Amino acid sequence: MSWSGGPHGAPEPGAVGLAARVRAGEVRAADVAEETLERVGRRDGELHCFNVVTADAMRSAAAAVDRLVASGADPGPLAGVPVAVKDNLCTRGVPTTCSSKMLEHWVPPYDATVVTRLVAAGALVVGKTNLDEFAMGSSTENSAFGPTRNPWDTSRVPGGSSGGSAAAVAADLAPLALGSDTGGSIRQPAALCGVVGIKPTYGLVSRYGLVAFASSLDQVGPFAATVADAALVLEVIAGHDEMDSTSLDRPVEGLLDATGSGAGGLRVGVVADFLADASADCASAVRAAAEVLAGAGAAVEEVALPELLHGLSAYYLIAPAEASSNLARYDGVRYGLRVDGDDVEQMNARTRAAGFGPEVRRRIMLGTYVLSAGYYDAYYAQAQRVRTLVARTFARAYERFDVLLAPTTPSVAFPLGAKTADPLEMYLADLFTIPSNLAGHPAMSVPFALDPQGLPVGVQVLAPALGEVAMLRAAGVLEAGAAPGARGPVASRSEAGR
Amino acid sequence: MSTGPAPAGAGRASADFEVVVGLEVHCELSTATKLFCGCPNRFGSEPNTQVCPVCLGLPGALPVLNRRAVELAVRVGRALHCEIRPSTFHRKNYFYPDMPKDFQISQYDEPIDVDGYLELPSGRRIGIERAHIEEDTGKTTHLGGGGRIHGADRSLVDYNRAGVPLVEIVSRPDMRSADEARAYVAELRAILVASGASDGRMEEGSLRVDANVSVRRTGSDAFGTRCEVKNLNSLRSLGRAIEHEQARQVALLEAGERVVQETRHWNEDEGRTSSMRSKEEANDYRYFPEPDLVPLAPDGAFVAAATAGLGLMPAERRARLATTVHGPDAAVAASTLDQITTVVDLGLDDLVVEVVERGADARLALARAANEAAQSPEDARRLDPGAFCRLLELEAGGSLSSTQAKSVLAEMLAAGGEPDAIARRLGYEALGSEALESAIDAVVAAHPDAWARYAAGEDKVAQLLTGQVMKATKGRANGKAVAAALAARRG
Ligand SMILES: [Zn+2]
Repeated sequence: MSWSGGPHGAPEPGAVGLAARVRAGEVRAADVAEETLERVGRRDGELHCFNVVTADAMRSAAAAVDRLVASGADPGPLAGVPVAVKDNLCTRGVPTTCSSKMLEHWVPPYDATVVTRLVAAGALVVGKTNLDEFAMGSSTENSAFGPTRNPWDTSRVPGGSSGGSAAAVAADLAPLALGSDTGGSIRQPAALCGVVGIKPTYGLVSRYGLVAFASSLDQVGPFAATVADAALVLEVIAGHDEMDSTSLDRPVEGLLDATGSGAGGLRVGVVADFLADASADCASAVRAAAEVLAGAGAAVEEVALPELLHGLSAYYLIAPAEASSNLARYDGVRYGLRVDGDDVEQMNARTRAAGFGPEVRRRIMLGTYVLSAGYYDAYYAQAQRVRTLVARTFARAYERFDVLLAPTTPSVAFPLGAKTADPLEMYLADLFTIPSNLAGHPAMSVPFALDPQGLPVGVQVLAPALGEVAMLRAAGVLEAGAAPGARGPVASRSEAGR
Repeated sequence: MSTGPAPAGAGRASADFEVVVGLEVHCELSTATKLFCGCPNRFGSEPNTQVCPVCLGLPGALPVLNRRAVELAVRVGRALHCEIRPSTFHRKNYFYPDMPKDFQISQYDEPIDVDGYLELPSGRRIGIERAHIEEDTGKTTHLGGGGRIHGADRSLVDYNRAGVPLVEIVSRPDMRSADEARAYVAELRAILVASGASDGRMEEGSLRVDANVSVRRTGSDAFGTRCEVKNLNSLRSLGRAIEHEQARQVALLEAGERVVQETRHWNEDEGRTSSMRSKEEANDYRYFPEPDLVPLAPDGAFVAAATAGLGLMPAERRARLATTVHGPDAAVAASTLDQITTVVDLGLDDLVVEVVERGADARLALARAANEAAQSPEDARRLDPGAFCRLLELEAGGSLSSTQAKSVLAEMLAAGGEPDAIARRLGYEALGSEALESAIDAVVAAHPDAWARYAAGEDKVAQLLTGQVMKATKGRANGKAVAAALAARRG
């Protein structure tokens, strides 16, 4: 196991605390930036969390925050807090590659809305984090630029597709990170890296500037070492955006407060069907989590929701279908990679063959097939019916429960290469996370236990649409009741030192 | 390139066959901005200057629907007597370099406007199957290789037009001749302009027409195999292409061959269609609901607001004018129908209706509008109704001859002004009755024989006498007034 730590050995205060100290003038954002860049420089060669580190921009952002503090102006709720941004979120003037050869040299002329909001809140962007190409994968091994390694055990994957972001937080290369979650791409790597990851309600966070994988499922969300930090980021990035037609026009309030307000009276359903499909360690972590919630005054009960397990097959029809259309634009005509040919069709074909990796090609072919005349009803339309079934199953459950408790993943972090030969085996990594995407519901992973090998185990809290407050109340209690050392390597060491 | 058997003289198709035509008209909506972004919807700018991440389909960009485009689509639907329905957007997937996302956002099985009709000046109603909203593509210029994508040395794409809002209006296969198809497009264009949806400029591509043409034996109810003809850039092209296609298909059938369903390209210079035989033919568009947009459900209030101020459509204007001129339910002669159509086409019907309401002679008003005013329609639309009414009054009352009235009207159109003053200036001041009587005295004295014959009841001599009075008064007398005075004198 490998550890990282601040150069001064000081306990990390978390993003909420760090921002408070920067705003109070006790800590200079410039120093935070230098310490962060130093750690990244020391560790990232091995871990490969980042595709690019934007050191200069980070330094000037830090200087701007310090100037605001000095002038007495409000630098924002994330003042001076470093944040790592998944490399499928557009950053003006900074390459946004989606870890694909197709976009290796593409530099967006605009910022994603979430990036704009983070920067406006005083956050310091460290760089762009590695992912499975176009967010398709569960291990970050599908990156065209090489895999990210899990800081807990560098022979293992960090999960995916937001593996770079999860690993960056786990290794304390940044206290905060943004990811995107289409079928579990935030929660699954969060669980495998022992950090907190939230997939918000569909529409709560703007997708403008998120390079689309499957538009009806994609949602941007935070990674953090603590539940409170994740809630704070969500408060900053959530809210209506007129550039995204699917963005909800609802006020977002009380998320940070919810993390400390306990689970008293909360009705919690434990998804029994998921326990049967999870490893013994993952299942027992959920049972222990149920006891923690019960002990905090929640009413906990097992519930059978077998229909949710059908979500996986529906997802692997709907997501590729949308992806086949979303990724059509990478044709060599306007931007990104171009491989010339004798005519436009040959140029298109050569460009796409050279630019996309095998998993992306597989999903484009699958999605194209699914939407084809003659197959649409049997596949795409049928998958939409299953999607409705999943939503109805959740709706029935949420008549009785405020939140559901489930494993995030079927297993802990697996070794690099263990599942690359068998795509279906890899797809199963998202079995428990997919239903929330299909329903558009929020869900999050909270680090809760360690397995006998010392690898982190996450538990998942699911909630109905816009049920973030109840979800964060449960998550706050679970965090407090988690096994010592279950979250983030840095936090575990500092706790051990207390 | 297959062109099929060359028809012997386009348009001279066998009388045993009739042509069946349905039209798909793409109309650019005259919004200030594009359909899904804030870029200007403007024709003729420098290439690739009216673009942004959204209309260039950059990674991460998302569409946001232009409310005004929906309002205009609702207005078009209302003007075409369509039902306005909840609708959804779909993606139409195919690869083409001028389409930034390699899919087009369009409405597929749930269009906003369904099941309406358009009434031609002839009174025939052409069914409208649907009208839906979609985005335009960019514009590709192929250099070398005959200007087609295959064989071109290079292709240049201008994305200024990409994302411009369109409505596609799909007629039912209700037209039975090239003339009727032309009349349909002319009428549709007038409706689109009248509803404020379009500038109607075919030559700038604001209106683009594809024709579905088939033929069948006269009296048959079944439709023949149709061909879709593209590249029809004017009403003239449309008519010629339909006539050519009709003749080509009839020739095939008469030769015992069959018509192949395909898309054909109209070549204006060669005057014939040719098979496009492109890979597009085999396209499977893989439509599916556009996940980046929410369903569109215009409620009653939205429709009411969108259609507020929607004036009369041409057919309604023609009906109103016919009623104004002839009263309700009267049969209208073909020549009058032409006058009515002209007056409505030129936007002069409001003027005619107003002066008739003020008491002007309706037929005279229609005739002066359709014939003289129509010569300079822009000036005519600026005519002061009060002045026009007075002119008609002077003519009808005999104070001005029709020749004089036309001259005064020409002056009014050119420079404005009051008809009485213009008539005075032109020396058309009607003769006072004393002056007229003394002129008649002189003529009677000079032509006693003629007068005697007239007085004896030989009416046709009146013409000669009137002519002499006109001559004596240098045209200032009014013919009708002279005739009346002669008749009165005869007793
Ligand atoms: Zn634009």
